[in-house]
Amino acid sequence: MALLDVSKLSIHFGGVKAVQEVSFSIDAGIVYSVIGPNGAGKTTLFNLITGVYKPTSGEIHLDGESIGGKSPDELARRGVARTFQNLQICMNMSAIENVMVGAHLRLDRNLIKAALRLPSLTRRDAELRGEAAELMRFVGLEKYVEARADAMPYGALKRLEIARALAMKPRLIFLDEPAAGLNPKETIEVDHLVRKVADSGITVVLVEHDMKMVMNLSDRILVLDYGKKLAEGTGAEVRKNPDVIAAYLGAHA
Amino acid sequence: MHKRAYFGLYIVIAVLAVLPFVLPNSFYLDVAIRMAINAVIVLGLNLLIGFAGQISLGHAGFLGIGAYASAVLPTHFGWHPLLAMIAGAAATGLLAAVVARPIFKLKGNYLAMATLGLGIILSIAVRNEAQWTGGPDGMPVPAFGLFGFELSSDKHWYWVIAILLSVSVWASLNLIDSPFGRALRALHGSEVASRVVGVDVVRYKVAIFVLSAVFASLMGSVTAHYVGFVTPNLADFFHSIELVTMVVIGGMASVYGSLIGAVLLTALPQALATFEGWETVAFGMILMICMIFLPKGLVPTLASKFGKGD
Repeated sequence: MALLDVSKLSIHFGGVKAVQEVSFSIDAGIVYSVIGPNGAGKTTLFNLITGVYKPTSGEIHLDGESIGGKSPDELARRGVARTFQNLQICMNMSAIENVMVGAHLRLDRNLIKAALRLPSLTRRDAELRGEAAELMRFVGLEKYVEARADAMPYGALKRLEIARALAMKPRLIFLDEPAAGLNPKETIEVDHLVRKVADSGITVVLVEHDMKMVMNLSDRILVLDYGKKLAEGTGAEVRKNPDVIAAYLGAHA
Repeated sequence: MHKRAYFGLYIVIAVLAVLPFVLPNSFYLDVAIRMAINAVIVLGLNLLIGFAGQISLGHAGFLGIGAYASAVLPTHFGWHPLLAMIAGAAATGLLAAVVARPIFKLKGNYLAMATLGLGIILSIAVRNEAQWTGGPDGMPVPAFGLFGFELSSDKHWYWVIAILLSVSVWASLNLIDSPFGRALRALHGSEVASRVVGVDVVRYKVAIFVLSAVFASLMGSVTAHYVGFVTPNLADFFHSIELVTMVVIGGMASVYGSLIGAVLLTALPQALATFEGWETVAFGMILMICMIFLPKGLVPTLASKFGKGD
């Protein structure tokens, strides 16, 4: 059975049908990419599946359980993680604390215990700091372990988001344009990183404009255009699809 | 953050321990007590404003609930002052939770608006319910005693409040550097990011708002017993603004900034008294200059100047 199953998912903002009756399913352990021209509804689709938006209609099932309309924190509990196209880093915190926040649900969040600084809590926090530093190494940020988030360059912050998402120990991770704004060298590094994440057993859903990266990484690709599903299949299938060529080149094929 | 942050706590404790022995007379001791009371309130308020990024413009109202609970319940109903203090804090916590829950479900920062209204309503209530509160003239507050020991002299109050302040600083530092505190700072830094990692944003905002309101209420009770008299000015809108100003001047999201803000803004009106009639103008000028040159507040600005960071 598919890990994620989306059927006839739609959301309307007033008269704008940002996503219309999109259906697809994602098997566990693969890299699944969502591509399409700007404004095709890729980020909106991510926002729907990760609970940031509530769908107007349609169904989303995670491992057989209906999750449509659930809040982001309920989805986080079910192992759904994501990063953002426009960075969402907490600049008021250090880099490593940003990663530690990713482990929020795995920690004892009790206010009283926190205020009294109970040893059980501080011990766990010290462990977590180690785990977070390890994750920062994993994403290639070892030299920023002691850094403040607001002192880090853009490319590093993109990876910091990935580290934070990984700190959730997710089953499914949504990466929204992880290579956007990066130089070619950084893009190749992110390409390798996404591969490493997928190899660690996490199912990856990727939105990305860098076609080389998408073709290189993806097991399957979904093409959106004007909020509708245009095509779906392997890289080779999608590349040959005349509708996809038309949408990307603007030709009337 | 981390170990260095706790170093400041030792300094605070040392200063509090030495202070009563070096202060020349009881006037200064009184000012020190007021500073310490304000510092505890501002610590709680800074958790809400500086760390969680939610603004309350009605905290004096919560202070007023505590103060009047400690005045009215023992006087009119014969309650034990400790019980009255706890009842005031519980009522404040309940009211804060009831008000905050629906507000935090809305998008955008409506808390400032709602607390502004709430604060004004509370201050009108204590002014008008003269048969209970003495109206604009205020009312006397019975002394606070526990286990047959009565807190009467300023010295006693000083030590009680000094301990309260030290514990509050310690607890605030602990809270900030904990899973709860990180979630709080994260929802300030990026609400959507904190939601997708699993932070129940509404719950956290409500929790910290209730906590800071209860802090204010308890310190309102302490103020009432210490001064021995309450007036509606305590619950006044201007007092709320004064508290927020302490947070901003001292430094948002800075524990020690809260203390500095409280100390300076409690001392300033006393120091400016020599200006006779112009003190409000001088006060305003100083605040403006602070905001122009130290927009992040005293402690964070100075800390980053000297390359330390809080």
